Amino acid sequence: MGNKVNDILEILSHNSKVTAEEIAVMLDMDEQEVEDIILKLEENNTIVKYNTLINWDKTDREYVAALIEVKVVPQRDRGFDDIAERIYKFPEVKSVYLMSGAYDLCIMVEGKTMKDVAVFVAQRLSVLDEVMSTATHFILKPYKVGGVILEDDEKDGRQVISL
Amino acid sequence: MNWEEKISKKVRQTPPSGIRKFFDIVNEMDDAISLGVGEPDFITPWNIREASIHSIEQGMTHYTSNWGMLELREAISEYLLERFDISYNPKDEIVVTVGASEGIDLALRAIIEPGDEVLIPDPSYVSYKPCVTMAGGVAVPVICTVEDGFKLTPERLKEKITEKTKALVLPYPNNPTGGIMTREDLEAIAKVLENTDIIVITDEIYAELTYNGKHTSFASIPGMQDRTIVLNGFSKAFAMTGWRLGYAAGNSHFIRAMVKIHQYTMLCAPIMSQVAGLEALRSGLETDFEDVQSMVKEYNHRRRVMLKGIRDMGLDCFEPLGAFYVFPSIQSTGMTSEEFCEQLLMEEKVAVVPGNAFGESGEGFIRCSYAYSIDNINRALERMGNFVAKYV
Repeated sequence: MGNKVNDILEILSHNSKVTAEEIAVMLDMDEQEVEDIILKLEENNTIVKYNTLINWDKTDREYVAALIEVKVVPQRDRGFDDIAERIYKFPEVKSVYLMSGAYDLCIMVEGKTMKDVAVFVAQRLSVLDEVMSTATHFILKPYKVGGVILEDDEKDGRQVISL
Repeated sequence: MNWEEKISKKVRQTPPSGIRKFFDIVNEMDDAISLGVGEPDFITPWNIREASIHSIEQGMTHYTSNWGMLELREAISEYLLERFDISYNPKDEIVVTVGASEGIDLALRAIIEPGDEVLIPDPSYVSYKPCVTMAGGVAVPVICTVEDGFKLTPERLKEKITEKTKALVLPYPNNPTGGIMTREDLEAIAKVLENTDIIVITDEIYAELTYNGKHTSFASIPGMQDRTIVLNGFSKAFAMTGWRLGYAAGNSHFIRAMVKIHQYTMLCAPIMSQVAGLEALRSGLETDFEDVQSMVKEYNHRRRVMLKGIRDMGLDCFEPLGAFYVFPSIQSTGMTSEEFCEQLLMEEKVAVVPGNAFGESGEGFIRCSYAYSIDNINRALERMGNFVAKYV
């Protein structure tokens, strides 16, 4: 059972458009069983959301992304969780990670312009009581996101027929 | 110069590979979908490529020992023991070759006297027969049928053994059928061979691509190791076809004989490929062959999609448990293998390989490779389905 669940998740993690029917064939399982497992995984939030990975650089949408290192003062009893929550609730914050090392929280922020990001850092993030300091790094170009190389130039170089 | 006469008779009489015709047609089509290739679609894992690039930067551009780098042979020895439970001394029982293909040629040339017969399961990979002939031997096909899962059966084997039989080629998992031989199947073959001195050349290049349990090497059958020469390589298991790297393992007398031919004709396998192979085995042994396992898992998904797709269109197809091919029967269409492949290519622009390219008993079958993305397989299946619907 555990293996089947992981196999299904692995297939969906690469392509969430694969249907239960197709997964059933790939894993030699019953379609209904696959559907039931997926439903359960959705209900218990193992499958959180079905996203699409988009290379926005290929569109005319204007956006900037930044990685912000944040040093914070942890709170008694609640540690970093409360301050993380205060931060991740801002819609411009796309991801938040608690880190070991030189700083505490790693935040990915997106906005339309550099000014948007600057305003966010100056007026929303650094004014929080628990935030001691921030260091903002703008992202210049994404090469690989979530395990996927965005400009993959490794084409199928095989001959059409070989023995 | 009259070249027709100058070319040796042996070479003149060797027919060219049976797929040349299709290859030429396909090459002129821009929107053909292919299920025709016999090599992985995966690109060699980056750590392996990187190790080789690094070695070139370090100036490792020289010949190696004729036998291959000792570290590589040691790694191969460890690999064979861990994966297939067969033990070989890296010093004089293993030689690194330019692909398992060179291994086939060396093994046959090392043993064949004029007129010696070599038994070859039919259908099989296209090289065995011409290599036997060019070494001066006589290739004797042993028919394998779909009813037997394209296995070599002891009965059929016995029928073909004569006083002149020098060797048996045992190519499982099989290209083109995807048939495998289980331990029990191999034990039955061992029984037939027990009281003979027939040499077994076992081509296990697809060993890692086995989908229902683990591959059994013929050399691991009790009493069989001494007569067996194991051929294997990196092409299929590690997606390294273009590196041309293989190896042979067997009795040191045999390997020494192979090395003798190898040193005068090939000298050694390319050092950059040997470095890559060493990295493939070292990292594999450290990670329990995680990369290989995940490729096998992916192939298995595709295998099931392909098999169901082919059966759904109404073609009979036995379930292949190895390699990356399905070998459906197209007899219900009333066409020969070549007619089917040619028509399919012209009408639906899908390239597959006619079964008779792999021997006479491949007639009535086609080989479809599933070394493609699921999307590509589904597109090809849809087109094939349209085609088959017209003729069945």
